[in-house]
Amino acid sequence: MSYAVVRGAGYVLIYTPDMILHNGTTQTTERHTNPDSDYLKKVPEHTRSFEQVINYAPNQVYIGNLTPEELRHYEMPWYDKDVANANRFGKFGEIMPQDEFIGMMKMSDAFDLVKLDRGFTASVKEKLAKHPLFTDEELVNLKEGEDLSEIEKFVKEQHAEALYHEGKLVGCVKRAHDIDPNLNAHVLFENLVVKASGVLAFKHLIAKNNIDIKDIDYVIECSEEACGDMNQRGGGNFAKAIAEVVGAVNATGSDTRGFCAAPTHALIQAAALVQSGVYNNVVLVAGGATAKLGMNGKDHVKKGMPILEDTLGGFAVLVSKNDGVNPVLRTDLVGRHTVGTGSSPQAVITSLVAAPLDKGGLKITDIDKYSVEMQNPDVTKPAGAGDVPEANYKMIAALGVKRNELDRKDLATFVEKHGMPGWAPTQGHIPSGVPYVGFAREDLTEGSLNRAMIVGKGSLFLGRMTNQFDGVSIVMERNTGKVETKDTAVSQEQVKSFIAEAMRDFASHLLGE
Amino acid sequence: MSMFDGKKVIIIGDRDGIPGPAMEECLKNTGAEVVFSATECFV
Repeated sequence: MSYAVVRGAGYVLIYTPDMILHNGTTQTTERHTNPDSDYLKKVPEHTRSFEQVINYAPNQVYIGNLTPEELRHYEMPWYDKDVANANRFGKFGEIMPQDEFIGMMKMSDAFDLVKLDRGFTASVKEKLAKHPLFTDEELVNLKEGEDLSEIEKFVKEQHAEALYHEGKLVGCVKRAHDIDPNLNAHVLFENLVVKASGVLAFKHLIAKNNIDIKDIDYVIECSEEACGDMNQRGGGNFAKAIAEVVGAVNATGSDTRGFCAAPTHALIQAAALVQSGVYNNVVLVAGGATAKLGMNGKDHVKKGMPILEDTLGGFAVLVSKNDGVNPVLRTDLVGRHTVGTGSSPQAVITSLVAAPLDKGGLKITDIDKYSVEMQNPDVTKPAGAGDVPEANYKMIAALGVKRNELDRKDLATFVEKHGMPGWAPTQGHIPSGVPYVGFAREDLTEGSLNRAMIVGKGSLFLGRMTNQFDGVSIVMERNTGKVETKDTAVSQEQVKSFIAEAMRDFASHLLGE
Repeated sequence: MSMFDGKKVIIIGDRDGIPGPAMEECLKNTGAEVVFSATECFV
Protein backbone atom coordinates (compact mmCIF):
# COMPACT_ATOMS: atom_id res chain seq x y z
CA MET A 1 0.00 0.00 0.00
CA SER A 2 1.17 3.48 -0.85
CA TYR A 3 1.46 6.15 1.83
CA ALA A 4 -1.05 9.01 1.80
CA VAL A 5 0.17 12.54 1.10
CA VAL A 6 -0.54 16.01 2.47
CA ARG A 7 -1.96 17.77 -0.58
CA GLY A 8 -2.77 21.16 0.87
CA ALA A 9 -3.44 23.25 3.95
CA GLY A 10 -5.46 26.34 4.85
CA TYR A 11 -4.92 28.58 7.88
CA VAL A 12 -7.10 31.43 9.13
CA LEU A 13 -7.18 33.91 11.98
CA ILE A 14 -10.21 35.93 12.98
CA TYR A 15 -9.74 39.24 14.76
CA THR A 16 -12.38 39.34 17.51
CA PRO A 17 -11.76 42.32 19.83
CA ASP A 18 -15.23 42.49 21.38
CA MET A 19 -15.27 38.75 22.01
CA ILE A 20 -12.16 39.09 24.22
CA LEU A 21 -14.16 41.09 26.73
CA HIS A 22 -17.50 39.34 26.40
CA ASN A 23 -16.58 35.71 25.71
CA GLY A 24 -13.01 34.98 26.88
CA THR A 25 -13.20 33.03 30.14
CA THR A 26 -10.49 35.09 31.87
CA GLN A 27 -12.70 38.14 31.39
CA THR A 28 -16.09 36.47 32.00
CA THR A 29 -14.75 34.89 35.21
CA GLU A 30 -13.46 38.29 36.33
CA ARG A 31 -16.84 39.87 35.63
CA HIS A 32 -18.51 37.13 37.66
CA THR A 33 -16.19 37.38 40.66
CA ASN A 34 -15.19 41.05 40.55
CA PRO A 35 -17.55 43.06 38.33
CA ASP A 36 -15.91 46.41 39.13
CA SER A 37 -12.42 45.12 38.42
CA ASP A 38 -9.77 47.53 37.19
CA TYR A 39 -8.62 44.86 34.77
CA LEU A 40 -11.97 44.78 32.96
CA LYS A 41 -11.90 48.57 32.65
CA LYS A 42 -8.43 48.38 31.11
CA VAL A 43 -9.21 45.65 28.54
CA PRO A 44 -10.49 48.05 25.83
CA GLU A 45 -7.39 50.27 26.22
CA HIS A 46 -5.17 47.22 25.64
CA THR A 47 -7.01 45.95 22.58
CA ARG A 48 -5.16 46.12 19.26
CA SER A 49 -6.59 47.50 16.03
CA PHE A 50 -7.23 45.26 12.99
CA GLU A 51 -4.24 46.87 11.25
CA GLN A 52 -1.96 46.07 14.21
CA VAL A 53 -3.15 42.46 14.14
CA ILE A 54 -2.43 42.22 10.41
CA ASN A 55 1.02 43.81 10.83
CA TYR A 56 1.97 41.39 13.64
CA ALA A 57 4.78 39.09 12.43
CA PRO A 58 3.52 35.79 13.99
CA ASN A 59 0.10 36.35 12.36
CA GLN A 60 1.73 36.87 8.95
CA VAL A 61 3.56 33.57 9.46
CA TYR A 62 0.32 31.79 10.38
CA ILE A 63 -1.33 32.74 7.08
CA GLY A 64 1.84 32.03 5.08
CA ASN A 65 3.13 35.50 4.15
CA LEU A 66 6.30 35.03 6.23
CA THR A 67 8.13 31.78 6.93
CA PRO A 68 9.03 30.56 10.44
CA GLU A 69 12.70 31.14 9.53
CA GLU A 70 11.95 34.75 8.58
CA LEU A 71 10.29 35.25 11.96
CA ARG A 72 13.69 34.61 13.57
CA HIS A 73 14.92 37.86 12.03
CA TYR A 74 12.44 39.86 14.08
CA GLU A 75 13.76 40.70 17.51
CA MET A 76 11.38 39.93 20.37
CA PRO A 77 9.04 41.26 21.58
CA TRP A 78 7.24 41.09 18.27
CA TYR A 79 4.11 43.05 19.20
CA ASP A 80 5.82 46.45 18.93
CA LYS A 81 7.22 45.83 15.44
CA ASP A 82 5.21 46.03 12.25
CA VAL A 83 5.83 43.77 9.27
CA ALA A 84 6.42 45.72 6.07
CA ASN A 85 3.90 44.97 3.32
CA ALA A 86 1.73 42.87 5.62
CA ASN A 87 -1.49 41.69 4.03
CA ARG A 88 -4.87 40.52 5.30
CA PHE A 89 -4.69 37.66 2.78
CA GLY A 90 -1.88 35.12 2.62
CA LYS A 91 -0.99 32.07 0.58
CA PHE A 92 -2.54 29.78 3.23
CA GLY A 93 -5.56 31.87 4.23
CA GLU A 94 -6.49 35.19 5.76
CA ILE A 95 -7.05 37.30 8.84
CA MET A 96 -10.77 38.10 8.88
CA PRO A 97 -12.21 41.08 10.77
CA GLN A 98 -14.90 40.57 13.42
CA ASP A 99 -17.90 42.04 11.56
CA GLU A 100 -17.40 39.80 8.53
CA PHE A 101 -17.00 36.82 10.84
CA ILE A 102 -20.26 37.57 12.66
CA GLY A 103 -21.82 37.55 9.20
CA MET A 104 -20.23 34.14 8.60
CA MET A 105 -21.74 32.87 11.86
CA LYS A 106 -25.15 33.84 10.50
CA MET A 107 -24.39 32.17 7.15
CA SER A 108 -23.30 28.99 8.97
CA ASP A 109 -26.42 28.87 11.16
CA ALA A 110 -28.85 26.13 10.09
CA PHE A 111 -31.50 26.84 12.77
CA ASP A 112 -32.05 30.61 12.53
CA LEU A 113 -30.52 31.11 15.97
CA VAL A 114 -28.28 34.02 14.97
CA LYS A 115 -30.16 37.31 14.78
CA LEU A 116 -28.36 40.35 13.38
CA ASP A 117 -29.28 44.00 13.34
CA ARG A 118 -30.66 45.18 10.00
CA GLY A 119 -28.08 47.96 9.46
CA PHE A 120 -25.22 45.71 10.53
CA THR A 121 -26.43 43.01 8.13
CA ALA A 122 -26.45 45.45 5.21
CA SER A 123 -22.92 46.65 5.99
CA VAL A 124 -21.56 43.10 6.37
CA LYS A 125 -23.32 41.93 3.19
CA GLU A 126 -21.56 44.68 1.26
CA LYS A 127 -18.16 43.67 2.67
CA LEU A 128 -18.63 39.92 2.17
CA ALA A 129 -19.81 40.53 -1.40
CA LYS A 130 -16.27 41.76 -2.11
CA HIS A 131 -14.69 38.75 -0.39
CA PRO A 132 -13.23 36.28 -2.92
CA LEU A 133 -14.68 33.16 -1.26
CA PHE A 134 -18.39 33.93 -0.96
CA THR A 135 -20.99 33.52 -3.68
CA ASP A 136 -24.26 35.43 -4.03
CA GLU A 137 -26.12 32.23 -3.10
CA GLU A 138 -24.22 32.07 0.18
CA LEU A 139 -24.84 35.75 0.92
CA VAL A 140 -28.59 35.13 0.71
CA ASN A 141 -28.21 33.24 4.01
CA LEU A 142 -27.39 36.53 5.73
CA LYS A 143 -31.08 37.43 5.23
CA GLU A 144 -32.24 40.99 5.85
CA GLY A 145 -31.66 41.34 9.60
CA GLU A 146 -33.93 42.34 12.50
CA ASP A 147 -34.83 45.48 14.39
CA LEU A 148 -32.37 46.15 17.19
CA SER A 149 -35.26 46.29 19.68
CA GLU A 150 -36.06 42.68 18.81
CA ILE A 151 -32.46 41.64 19.49
CA GLU A 152 -32.43 43.55 22.78
CA LYS A 153 -35.55 41.66 23.78
CA PHE A 154 -33.92 38.29 23.01
CA VAL A 155 -30.88 39.23 25.11
CA LYS A 156 -32.75 40.77 28.07
CA GLU A 157 -35.72 38.44 28.28
CA GLN A 158 -34.80 35.19 26.58
CA HIS A 159 -31.21 34.47 27.65
CA ALA A 160 -29.72 35.05 24.21
CA GLU A 161 -25.92 35.51 23.96
CA ALA A 162 -25.20 39.07 22.81
CA LEU A 163 -22.95 39.77 19.82
CA TYR A 164 -21.01 43.03 19.99
CA HIS A 165 -19.03 44.93 17.40
CA GLU A 166 -17.08 48.09 18.20
CA GLY A 167 -18.70 48.08 21.64
CA LYS A 168 -22.26 48.07 20.29
CA LEU A 169 -24.88 45.33 20.33
CA VAL A 170 -25.26 44.13 16.73
CA GLY A 171 -26.91 40.77 17.15
CA CYS A 172 -27.38 37.71 19.32
CA VAL A 173 -27.36 33.93 19.36
CA LYS A 174 -30.65 32.58 20.69
CA ARG A 175 -30.93 29.55 22.92
CA ALA A 176 -32.35 26.47 21.15
CA HIS A 177 -34.19 25.08 24.19
CA ASP A 178 -35.75 26.51 27.34
CA ILE A 179 -34.00 24.30 29.88
CA ASP A 180 -31.46 22.08 28.07
CA PRO A 181 -28.03 23.35 29.26
CA ASN A 182 -26.34 21.90 26.16
CA LEU A 183 -28.54 23.97 23.86
CA ASN A 184 -28.31 27.22 25.78
CA ALA A 185 -27.21 30.38 23.99
CA HIS A 186 -23.66 30.31 25.38
CA VAL A 187 -22.96 26.76 24.13
CA LEU A 188 -24.55 27.48 20.76
CA PHE A 189 -22.51 30.67 20.42
CA GLU A 190 -19.23 28.78 21.00
CA ASN A 191 -20.33 25.99 18.65
CA LEU A 192 -21.31 28.39 15.87
CA VAL A 193 -17.95 30.16 16.27
CA VAL A 194 -16.01 26.91 15.88
CA LYS A 195 -18.21 25.88 12.96
CA ALA A 196 -17.92 29.21 11.10
CA SER A 197 -14.14 29.50 11.62
CA GLY A 198 -13.73 25.88 10.49
CA VAL A 199 -15.77 26.72 7.39
CA LEU A 200 -13.44 29.65 6.60
CA ALA A 201 -10.31 27.47 6.91
CA PHE A 202 -11.92 24.76 4.76
CA LYS A 203 -12.85 27.30 2.07
CA HIS A 204 -9.26 28.57 1.90
CA LEU A 205 -7.91 25.01 1.69
CA ILE A 206 -10.12 24.32 -1.32
CA ALA A 207 -9.63 27.67 -3.04
CA LYS A 208 -5.84 27.80 -2.70
CA ASN A 209 -5.00 24.23 -3.70
CA ASN A 210 -6.94 23.67 -6.91
CA ILE A 211 -9.23 21.08 -5.34
CA ASP A 212 -12.71 20.11 -6.50
CA ILE A 213 -14.87 20.22 -3.37
CA LYS A 214 -16.91 17.32 -4.74
CA ASP A 215 -13.83 15.07 -4.46
CA ILE A 216 -13.78 15.25 -0.66
CA ASP A 217 -14.94 11.91 0.76
CA TYR A 218 -14.56 12.39 4.49
CA VAL A 219 -14.04 15.16 7.05
CA ILE A 220 -12.50 14.81 10.51
CA GLU A 221 -13.21 17.78 12.75
CA CYS A 222 -10.70 18.02 15.59
CA SER A 223 -11.45 21.11 17.69
CA GLU A 224 -12.19 21.17 21.41
CA GLU A 225 -15.92 22.00 21.47
CA ALA A 226 -18.82 19.54 21.74
CA CYS A 227 -22.25 19.73 20.17
CA GLY A 228 -25.26 17.77 21.30
CA ASP A 229 -28.29 18.10 23.53
CA MET A 230 -29.12 17.10 27.10
CA ASN A 231 -29.26 13.43 26.14
CA GLN A 232 -25.88 13.36 24.37
CA ARG A 233 -23.63 16.27 25.29
CA GLY A 234 -21.00 15.54 22.65
CA GLY A 235 -23.18 13.68 20.18
CA GLY A 236 -21.68 15.51 17.22
CA ASN A 237 -20.90 16.29 14.68
CA PHE A 238 -19.18 19.44 13.50
CA ALA A 239 -17.48 17.64 10.62
CA LYS A 240 -20.60 17.01 8.58
CA ALA A 241 -22.06 20.39 9.54
CA ILE A 242 -18.96 22.13 8.15
CA ALA A 243 -18.90 19.87 5.07
CA GLU A 244 -22.50 20.89 4.36
CA VAL A 245 -21.77 24.62 4.51
CA VAL A 246 -18.73 24.41 2.21
CA GLY A 247 -20.60 22.24 -0.30
CA ALA A 248 -18.68 18.98 0.16
CA VAL A 249 -21.73 17.09 -1.05
CA ASN A 250 -19.96 13.74 -1.37
CA ALA A 251 -18.50 13.81 2.13
CA THR A 252 -19.58 12.57 5.50
CA GLY A 253 -17.40 12.85 8.58
CA SER A 254 -16.96 12.62 12.32
CA ASP A 255 -15.39 14.50 15.22
CA THR A 256 -12.15 13.43 16.89
CA ARG A 257 -11.36 14.76 20.34
CA GLY A 258 -8.15 14.69 22.38
CA PHE A 259 -7.65 18.23 23.64
CA CYS A 260 -4.65 19.80 21.84
CA ALA A 261 -3.48 16.41 20.56
CA ALA A 262 -6.64 15.93 18.46
CA PRO A 263 -5.29 17.45 15.21
CA THR A 264 -2.34 15.04 15.13
CA HIS A 265 -4.65 12.13 16.00
CA ALA A 266 -6.81 13.31 13.08
CA LEU A 267 -3.79 13.52 10.76
CA ILE A 268 -2.86 9.91 11.55
CA GLN A 269 -6.46 8.78 11.12
CA ALA A 270 -6.74 10.58 7.80
CA ALA A 271 -3.46 9.03 6.60
CA ALA A 272 -4.68 5.55 7.61
CA LEU A 273 -8.07 5.99 5.93
CA VAL A 274 -6.47 7.08 2.66
CA GLN A 275 -3.57 4.62 2.71
CA SER A 276 -5.95 1.71 3.32
CA GLY A 277 -8.09 2.78 0.39
CA VAL A 278 -11.24 3.47 2.42
CA TYR A 279 -11.34 7.07 1.16
CA ASN A 280 -9.33 9.00 -1.43
CA ASN A 281 -9.55 12.51 0.03
CA VAL A 282 -9.91 13.25 3.75
CA VAL A 283 -9.96 16.76 5.20
CA LEU A 284 -9.12 17.47 8.83
CA VAL A 285 -10.48 20.77 10.01
CA ALA A 286 -10.83 22.79 13.21
CA GLY A 287 -12.13 26.22 14.09
CA GLY A 288 -11.28 28.41 17.06
CA ALA A 289 -12.29 28.84 20.69
CA THR A 290 -13.64 32.14 22.02
CA ALA A 291 -13.11 30.90 25.60
CA LYS A 292 -9.33 31.26 25.18
CA LEU A 293 -9.42 34.85 23.94
CA GLY A 294 -7.46 37.01 26.38
CA MET A 295 -6.52 33.92 28.42
CA ASN A 296 -3.26 35.57 29.53
CA GLY A 297 -4.75 39.06 29.32
CA LYS A 298 -4.18 39.93 32.97
CA ASP A 299 -0.42 39.44 32.61
CA HIS A 300 -0.34 41.33 29.32
CA VAL A 301 -2.18 44.30 30.85
CA LYS A 302 -0.04 44.18 34.00
CA LYS A 303 3.07 44.48 31.80
CA GLY A 304 1.61 47.34 29.78
CA MET A 305 1.30 45.20 26.64
CA PRO A 306 -1.61 44.85 24.27
CA ILE A 307 -3.75 41.76 24.85
CA LEU A 308 -2.22 39.49 22.23
CA GLU A 309 -4.81 36.71 22.38
CA ASP A 310 -7.20 38.65 20.18
CA THR A 311 -7.68 36.18 17.33
CA LEU A 312 -9.48 32.90 16.83
CA GLY A 313 -7.51 30.31 14.88
CA GLY A 314 -8.60 27.75 12.32
CA PHE A 315 -6.96 25.31 9.97
CA ALA A 316 -7.78 22.63 7.39
CA VAL A 317 -5.51 20.00 5.84
CA LEU A 318 -6.24 17.71 2.89
CA VAL A 319 -4.82 14.18 2.98
CA SER A 320 -5.01 12.38 -0.38
CA LYS A 321 -3.81 9.33 -2.26
CA ASN A 322 -0.13 9.30 -3.17
CA ASP A 323 0.44 11.60 -6.16
CA GLY A 324 4.18 11.05 -6.31
CA VAL A 325 4.78 14.73 -5.53
CA ASN A 326 3.50 15.84 -2.15
CA PRO A 327 5.11 14.66 1.09
CA VAL A 328 4.00 11.27 2.40
CA LEU A 329 2.67 10.54 5.86
CA ARG A 330 4.76 7.68 7.26
CA THR A 331 2.14 5.68 9.13
CA ASP A 332 4.87 3.20 10.05
CA LEU A 333 6.69 5.96 11.95
CA VAL A 334 4.02 6.94 14.46
CA GLY A 335 4.69 7.76 18.11
CA ARG A 336 2.18 7.54 20.93
CA HIS A 337 2.07 8.24 24.61
CA THR A 338 0.36 5.17 26.02
CA VAL A 339 -1.41 4.66 29.35
CA GLY A 340 1.70 2.92 30.67
CA THR A 341 4.27 5.40 29.34
CA GLY A 342 4.49 7.52 32.50
CA SER A 343 4.67 11.27 32.82
CA SER A 344 8.35 12.11 33.20
CA PRO A 345 9.59 14.40 30.42
CA GLN A 346 12.09 11.75 29.36
CA ALA A 347 9.37 9.08 29.05
CA VAL A 348 7.12 11.47 27.13
CA ILE A 349 9.74 12.51 24.59
CA THR A 350 10.96 8.93 24.21
CA SER A 351 7.44 7.72 23.38
CA LEU A 352 6.64 10.55 20.99
CA VAL A 353 9.99 11.16 19.30
CA ALA A 354 12.49 8.34 19.85
CA ALA A 355 10.13 5.37 19.51
CA PRO A 356 8.90 6.21 15.98
CA LEU A 357 12.48 6.97 14.87
CA ASP A 358 13.66 3.60 16.16
CA LYS A 359 11.00 1.89 14.06
CA GLY A 360 12.61 3.39 10.96
CA GLY A 361 16.22 3.05 12.09
CA LEU A 362 16.50 6.85 12.22
CA LYS A 363 18.43 9.14 14.53
CA ILE A 364 17.05 12.25 16.23
CA THR A 365 19.11 14.36 13.82
CA ASP A 366 17.53 12.61 10.80
CA ILE A 367 14.38 14.71 11.29
CA ASP A 368 15.01 18.11 9.71
CA LYS A 369 12.21 19.95 11.50
CA TYR A 370 10.17 19.06 14.56
CA SER A 371 6.78 20.74 14.82
CA VAL A 372 5.80 20.59 18.47
CA GLU A 373 3.65 22.93 20.54
CA MET A 374 4.08 26.01 18.35
CA GLN A 375 2.64 28.59 20.76
CA ASN A 376 3.78 32.13 20.17
CA PRO A 377 6.29 33.01 22.95
CA ASP A 378 5.34 36.70 22.69
CA VAL A 379 2.08 35.58 24.33
CA THR A 380 3.35 33.00 26.81
CA LYS A 381 6.64 34.46 28.10
CA PRO A 382 5.14 37.59 29.71
CA ALA A 383 2.60 35.31 31.41
CA GLY A 384 5.31 33.14 32.96
CA ALA A 385 4.66 30.07 30.81
CA GLY A 386 8.04 30.42 29.06
CA ASP A 387 8.90 29.64 25.46
CA VAL A 388 6.97 26.40 24.94
CA PRO A 389 8.42 25.32 21.55
CA GLU A 390 11.96 26.04 22.74
CA ALA A 391 11.41 23.97 25.91
CA ASN A 392 10.19 21.09 23.76
CA TYR A 393 13.20 21.36 21.43
CA LYS A 394 15.59 21.35 24.39
CA MET A 395 14.01 18.15 25.66
CA ILE A 396 14.30 16.50 22.22
CA ALA A 397 17.95 17.62 22.02
CA ALA A 398 18.65 16.30 25.53
CA LEU A 399 17.28 12.93 24.48
CA GLY A 400 19.53 13.06 21.42
CA VAL A 401 22.55 13.57 23.70
CA LYS A 402 21.43 10.72 25.95
CA ARG A 403 21.13 8.43 22.91
CA ASN A 404 24.64 9.46 21.77
CA GLU A 405 23.19 10.87 18.55
CA LEU A 406 24.10 14.44 19.39
CA ASP A 407 27.09 16.03 21.06
CA ARG A 408 26.30 18.04 24.20
CA LYS A 409 28.02 21.10 22.73
CA ASP A 410 25.61 21.00 19.77
CA LEU A 411 22.47 21.36 21.93
CA ALA A 412 21.90 25.02 21.09
CA THR A 413 22.52 24.59 17.36
CA PHE A 414 20.16 21.60 17.31
CA VAL A 415 17.38 23.76 18.76
CA GLU A 416 17.90 26.34 16.03
CA LYS A 417 18.46 23.93 13.14
CA HIS A 418 15.74 21.41 13.92
CA GLY A 419 13.34 23.77 15.65
CA MET A 420 11.36 26.89 14.83
CA PRO A 421 10.16 29.93 16.76
CA GLY A 422 6.50 29.63 17.79
CA TRP A 423 3.96 31.67 15.82
CA ALA A 424 0.57 30.12 16.57
CA PRO A 425 -2.15 31.73 18.70
CA THR A 426 -2.79 30.04 22.07
CA GLN A 427 -6.03 28.49 20.86
CA GLY A 428 -5.51 25.05 22.43
CA HIS A 429 -5.60 22.57 19.58
CA ILE A 430 -4.52 25.13 16.94
CA PRO A 431 -0.80 25.43 17.92
CA SER A 432 -0.24 21.72 18.46
CA GLY A 433 1.96 20.31 15.67
CA VAL A 434 -0.33 21.30 12.78
CA PRO A 435 0.69 24.94 12.16
CA TYR A 436 3.78 23.72 10.31
CA VAL A 437 1.99 21.21 8.03
CA GLY A 438 1.43 23.87 5.32
CA PHE A 439 5.08 24.95 5.40
CA ALA A 440 6.20 21.31 5.65
CA ARG A 441 4.42 20.56 2.39
CA GLU A 442 6.54 23.25 0.75
CA ASP A 443 9.80 22.46 2.56
CA LEU A 444 9.48 18.76 1.62
CA THR A 445 8.68 19.45 -2.04
CA GLU A 446 10.21 22.69 -3.39
CA GLY A 447 12.43 23.15 -0.31
CA SER A 448 15.52 21.27 0.77
CA LEU A 449 14.19 19.27 3.70
CA ASN A 450 13.53 15.54 3.70
CA ARG A 451 11.72 14.77 6.93
CA ALA A 452 9.55 16.56 9.47
CA MET A 453 7.86 15.23 12.57
CA ILE A 454 4.46 16.52 13.64
CA VAL A 455 3.96 16.13 17.39
CA GLY A 456 0.65 16.81 19.17
CA LYS A 457 0.16 16.84 22.93
CA GLY A 458 -3.07 17.16 24.90
CA SER A 459 -3.96 17.90 28.54
CA LEU A 460 -6.58 15.22 29.10
CA PHE A 461 -6.53 15.83 32.87
CA LEU A 462 -8.44 19.10 32.33
CA GLY A 463 -11.56 17.02 31.66
CA ARG A 464 -11.24 15.38 35.10
CA MET A 465 -11.73 11.87 33.73
CA THR A 466 -8.08 10.87 34.05
CA ASN A 467 -4.82 12.24 35.35
CA GLN A 468 -3.21 11.20 32.07
CA PHE A 469 -2.02 13.55 29.42
CA ASP A 470 -1.73 12.43 25.81
CA GLY A 471 0.39 12.76 22.73
CA VAL A 472 0.90 11.30 19.27
CA SER A 473 3.32 11.99 16.45
CA ILE A 474 3.86 11.16 12.79
CA VAL A 475 6.73 11.65 10.33
CA MET A 476 6.15 13.52 7.06
CA GLU A 477 8.69 12.69 4.37
CA ARG A 478 9.71 13.92 0.91
CA ASN A 479 7.98 11.86 -1.76
CA THR A 480 10.28 9.50 -3.65
CA GLY A 481 8.06 9.90 -6.71
CA LYS A 482 7.42 6.19 -6.90
CA VAL A 483 3.70 5.52 -6.68
CA GLU A 484 2.11 2.10 -6.45
CA THR A 485 -0.71 2.13 -8.93
CA LYS A 486 -2.38 -1.15 -7.94
CA ASP A 487 -3.29 -2.72 -4.65
CA THR A 488 -0.84 -4.79 -2.67
CA ALA A 489 -0.89 -7.61 -5.22
CA VAL A 490 2.33 -7.73 -7.28
CA SER A 491 1.96 -8.73 -10.90
CA GLN A 492 4.27 -11.06 -12.82
CA GLU A 493 5.45 -8.04 -14.86
CA GLN A 494 6.39 -6.19 -11.68
CA VAL A 495 8.35 -9.19 -10.35
CA LYS A 496 10.27 -9.32 -13.64
CA SER A 497 10.92 -5.59 -13.42
CA PHE A 498 12.16 -5.89 -9.79
CA ILE A 499 14.56 -8.71 -10.75
CA ALA A 500 15.84 -6.73 -13.74
CA GLU A 501 16.40 -3.66 -11.57
CA ALA A 502 18.26 -5.71 -8.95
CA MET A 503 20.46 -7.31 -11.63
CA ARG A 504 21.25 -3.90 -13.12
CA ASP A 505 22.22 -2.62 -9.66
CA PHE A 506 24.39 -5.68 -9.12
CA ALA A 507 26.06 -5.26 -12.53
CA SER A 508 26.79 -1.58 -11.96
CA HIS A 509 28.19 -2.47 -8.55
CA LEU A 510 30.57 -5.00 -10.19
CA LEU A 511 31.56 -2.45 -12.83
CA GLY A 512 32.22 0.08 -10.09
CA GLU A 513 34.63 -2.32 -8.41
CA MET B 1 16.63 11.96 58.13
CA SER B 2 15.57 13.47 54.83
CA MET B 3 14.74 17.11 54.23
CA PHE B 4 11.23 15.96 53.34
CA ASP B 5 10.52 13.97 56.54
CA GLY B 6 7.28 15.07 58.16
CA LYS B 7 6.68 17.66 55.46
CA LYS B 8 3.36 18.13 53.74
CA VAL B 9 3.84 18.83 50.06
CA ILE B 10 1.65 20.67 47.54
CA ILE B 11 2.58 19.89 43.94
CA ILE B 12 1.63 22.04 40.97
CA GLY B 13 2.96 20.41 37.81
CA ASP B 14 3.22 21.78 34.28
CA ARG B 15 2.11 19.74 31.28
CA ASP B 16 5.01 21.07 29.19
CA GLY B 17 7.49 20.99 32.06
CA ILE B 18 7.43 18.51 34.94
CA PRO B 19 3.93 17.06 35.43
CA GLY B 20 2.50 16.41 38.93
CA PRO B 21 2.65 12.58 38.83
CA ALA B 22 6.38 12.71 37.94
CA MET B 23 7.09 14.85 41.02
CA GLU B 24 4.94 12.56 43.16
CA GLU B 25 7.03 9.64 41.96
CA CYS B 26 10.21 11.41 43.06
CA LEU B 27 8.80 11.96 46.55
CA LYS B 28 7.60 8.38 47.06
CA ASN B 29 10.70 7.21 48.91
CA THR B 30 10.98 10.26 51.12
CA GLY B 31 9.13 11.05 54.32
CA ALA B 32 6.97 13.65 52.57
CA GLU B 33 3.20 13.51 52.54
CA VAL B 34 1.74 14.75 49.26
CA VAL B 35 -1.45 16.52 50.33
CA PHE B 36 -2.30 17.93 46.90
CA SER B 37 -1.02 17.21 43.42
CA ALA B 38 -2.27 18.66 40.18
CA THR B 39 -0.97 19.26 36.68
CA GLU B 40 -1.93 22.45 34.92
CA CYS B 41 -1.85 23.43 31.29
CA PHE B 42 -0.62 27.00 30.91
CA VAL B 43 -1.31 27.28 27.21
